[in-house]
Amino acid sequence: MWQFLKTWYHRLASPKWFYHTSGRWLPYLAAVTILLLVSGAIWGLGFAPEDARQGNSYRIIYIHVPVSVLALVGYYLMAVAGAIALIWKIKLADMVMVSAAPLGAVLTFLALLTGSIWGKPTWGTYWEWDARITSMLVLLFLYLGVLALSRAFTSRDTAYKACAILSLVGTVNIPIIYKSVDWWYTLHQPATIKLTGGSTIHPAMFKPLLVMIIGFYCFYALVLILNTRAEILRREQRSAWVRELI
Amino acid sequence: MSDLVFQFPNVNAFLAMNGHGVYVWSAYGISALVLLSVALAPVRRRRKLLAAMASRLKHETGNGTP
Repeated sequence: MWQFLKTWYHRLASPKWFYHTSGRWLPYLAAVTILLLVSGAIWGLGFAPEDARQGNSYRIIYIHVPVSVLALVGYYLMAVAGAIALIWKIKLADMVMVSAAPLGAVLTFLALLTGSIWGKPTWGTYWEWDARITSMLVLLFLYLGVLALSRAFTSRDTAYKACAILSLVGTVNIPIIYKSVDWWYTLHQPATIKLTGGSTIHPAMFKPLLVMIIGFYCFYALVLILNTRAEILRREQRSAWVRELI
Repeated sequence: MSDLVFQFPNVNAFLAMNGHGVYVWSAYGISALVLLSVALAPVRRRRKLLAAMASRLKHETGNGTP
């Protein structure tokens, strides 16, 4: 059993194996992603009931919440990949880490943007230095920082260490973002979906949201894999197996 | 699924969303564009890399057609 786990682990850590295996699964993942996101968006836009207090503006939730969730989850993924790269010096983990940074930055940007658009009809302002919004802005800068660091060094050996350390230090921000709506009760509403205890969202509104959240998890996996494959090709272009691809 | 009914009387009401249309549709529209471009970027990057590698390989081995 242990031996099996060990060989499996080593195979998983091989860029060549990852490239070939992910290539086989990509079409299915892409199909599921498109299906979930398109049906979830139509459901949320046209078929979910109108909110009693916020009217139709609340429909932005079907993008805002999933991108925000993935922006936070993606940060942990990047930090864990960084830790694996630091501890075991696995090349693939480093490639995953630098592939997660631009994707996370885009998702954080979208979370801020959709939140800002939603804020205008609901709060009467596009921007407020509310605790949740400010801590999300810090998250965006952390992602951009990792991205900048990964390109700042000519030696990959220095770059991945700097990126991994910044990623790991930045994880402090994640629980702050998550808890900010409870600690500083200012403008942003508290969470409506809770893992523990009762959620305060109606099932008719929650079902399409769940479809969108699962759809965005698939989207995240899809783009992370695409980014990682491109990164593998770029770094392994001198190796024999990549030459055979052409 | 019997509770799944279209919430708007017509297409115009769907687009207007009771005055919130401009916010909702711009949020969805911009997000769709950004997500699509972030998904296509690595596809394009990979294609470019493969093309560059192919032309370099041809150059190195010198057996390519001009």
